[in-house]
Amino acid sequence: MSAHRQYELVYLLPAESSEQEVADLQTQVEGIVGRFGGTIEKTENWGRRRLAYEIGPHKEAVYVLHAISGPGELVKELDRRLKVTDAVVRHLVVRIDEETRVLERRRTERQRHIAERRVARGLPAEPEAPAAPRSDEQVDQAEV
Amino acid sequence: MSDSMDQRSGGPGKGGRGGKRDDKGQGGRRGGFRRRRVCKFCVEHIDHISYKDVRMLAGFVPERGKIQPRRISGTCAAHQRKLQTAIKRARQLALIPYITD
Repeated sequence: MSAHRQYELVYLLPAESSEQEVADLQTQVEGIVGRFGGTIEKTENWGRRRLAYEIGPHKEAVYVLHAISGPGELVKELDRRLKVTDAVVRHLVVRIDEETRVLERRRTERQRHIAERRVARGLPAEPEAPAAPRSDEQVDQAEV
Repeated sequence: MSDSMDQRSGGPGKGGRGGKRDDKGQGGRRGGFRRRRVCKFCVEHIDHISYKDVRMLAGFVPERGKIQPRRISGTCAAHQRKLQTAIKRARQLALIPYITD
């Protein structure tokens, strides 16, 4: 049992394909994902989009995105199956867990840094009342 | 006296020519002065450059379809690398053209 990782899968279907065909492929993908013990965490249908360049006879395509969690073997199989499926104009699988991990770390790091600087200036860690110091200044001026 | 005058009069001319040569050496201050370029992603604290954000990527792909070099866009090296992979992924999905003519 290998470790589960996060992936993003985008595939393109011909613009002529019906809702039914899109749904069919989706269930196919679900089937493969399920067989390898993975889960589909998110599904986005971008709908019909113009292609930036022609792919064979196609000038438009239906874009579908899945966020998938599962083992590497799943991706291998998914990739193979999508390659042989004629209904798929093009597909792309990208691993995203490393990116998101770095992203989260950087975000918390930044938050911590901001909080630290605020504390160093003698402010509460959270910026809840940014108007407070300004009003103090105004009061001082009024007194003078 | 007259010698020194000549030298002086020759001075600015030479200086001018020398200046021109210097400009060339620096690599083109000719077309106006250069603006301070800053990395857009650093300034706006954008950590993640996604291949899905076509509108953003399009800003780094001029009409020809080539990826805008760092020396033009001012993007820092780390972000340029991310941008590069994002653009290449977007190209695979026909979100962005490889070339346009």
